[in-house]
Amino acid sequence: MSTTPAAATARIRDQFGVEATAEAATLTVAVPRERWLALARFARRELGCLYFNWLSAVDWKEQGFEVLCRVENLEAGLVLMMRTRLGAAETHCASVTPVWKGADWMERECYDMFGVVFEGHPDLRRILLSEDWEGHPLRKDYAPDTPHAPYR
Amino acid sequence: MPGTETRQVVEIGYGGSERLVMNMGPQHPSAHGVFRAVLTLEGETVVALDAVIGYLHRCHEKLGETLTYVQYPSIASKTDYVAAMTSELAYVSAVEQLGKVEVPRRAQYLRVIAAELQRIASHCLWLGTWCMDIGGALGGGATVFLYCIREREMVLDLFEELTGARLLYGFHQVGGTRYDVPPGWDAKVRRTVDFIEGRLEEYEAMLEANAFFTARAQGVGVISRELAQELGLSGPLIRGSGVDFDLRRAAPYSSYQEFDFRVPVETAGDCFARYRVRMVEFRESITIVRQALDGLPEGPISSRPGVKSVGQVRAPKGEAYARVEGARGEVGCYLVSDGGPKPYRMKWRGASFSNLAVLPHIVPGHKIADVVAIMGSVDPVFGEVDR
Repeated sequence: MSTTPAAATARIRDQFGVEATAEAATLTVAVPRERWLALARFARRELGCLYFNWLSAVDWKEQGFEVLCRVENLEAGLVLMMRTRLGAAETHCASVTPVWKGADWMERECYDMFGVVFEGHPDLRRILLSEDWEGHPLRKDYAPDTPHAPYR
Repeated sequence: MPGTETRQVVEIGYGGSERLVMNMGPQHPSAHGVFRAVLTLEGETVVALDAVIGYLHRCHEKLGETLTYVQYPSIASKTDYVAAMTSELAYVSAVEQLGKVEVPRRAQYLRVIAAELQRIASHCLWLGTWCMDIGGALGGGATVFLYCIREREMVLDLFEELTGARLLYGFHQVGGTRYDVPPGWDAKVRRTVDFIEGRLEEYEAMLEANAFFTARAQGVGVISRELAQELGLSGPLIRGSGVDFDLRRAAPYSSYQEFDFRVPVETAGDCFARYRVRMVEFRESITIVRQALDGLPEGPISSRPGVKSVGQVRAPKGEAYARVEGARGEVGCYLVSDGGPKPYRMKWRGASFSNLAVLPHIVPGHKIADVVAIMGSVDPVFGEVDR
């Protein structure tokens, strides 16, 4: 299994029809939302990315959310940065928990902070904020001084 | 002769199949922070663990978006307050990567010295508290705690002399470090690490010759190689599970490629393996500190002029992810810049957050007493878990 950045780029191009950008050993691949889970499976099975590093999101305001996931093949030293744009006002994204167990807490945090709903997540609930918190603080439209009920 | 009632209690408690849900925490001495584990018990055996975190959440990522690149580094140290040097380093490295800022060699060496001393201090705290968790009453338990805290104090004294602060330093700044070494510091560091090196053998003799200690650490909380990778564990946890992954070696930063050190790897994956990894890391950190002091280059400590205003540092549009090997594993900072003096988005990849996620996978099947042993061996710092 060849996992040099160049070989991985070629295989991603064949499979997904997208061009990965390489910077040192880090490959960045952007796929449409529908191919997110397929890319995750491909990364694990074909590129040997067994190591799940982190998952998060960026709120691009009117352009909607972008979900990012960083996984690695430690033996080959390959780092894959997967990203997908959900589209304007879209909050649903496929969960990668079937591929890596480590995505569990990361997706919960992402749901907590951005309100991205990961479909297929076994236990999607808030993780850092309390269950009754209103809103998702890392959204750009959530002002830092949003009032909330005091704790009792 | 016991009455019927007493017999019933005993039967339900031990022999019965009733499940008991018990909260461990949020205030529990062995959590070393605020952490609640909801344990489902059958007798004394844990069958499920639900980790409830977030009690220490201070919205670091939102805060990162509202503070400038000059302001935030001193807040960065508050994520992992037990190893503040490394979290500061992760943040400023990300800004430097984004702005393509060169760091002078002297500053790189100073960062290495600070990071390794920090690892020693952090591991001291870990060893002491962990030993106390798994049995302060056992020979060596509370004793090791007091010894370790004493050694940690020596390192904190060094940091105090270097930066003026004992826990939250503000030592790093974009482009270098804020302080240079004070006169005579070099000799003090050498004396301190020599002293600690000698003490390590004593700890090992005290602990490894103690049958209670080995019984409570060996074969407890085994993490498989596969699980370690899939959960994104890092630091002593993944190296204790047979994966040779250390960022200082795998992706060298801050001139680590110039130092000669070993990366300890153990294959058992249990608490004892993680303990062994950390004990070797102590010594390797000491070696690195000595090498860095020997080879400390002359020159400036920062490539940027002194800070005059909070908006002085601007990063070009783009994004960067910088990661460093902290005492607990990979501490990473992901930054997205829109060209202004503040990041558009800042994300912390805290080693403790990923590491703590292993608990629900490895705790079931163990006794309640082992929960604290396993949790201690994971070495979570809740400031970094909750951010």
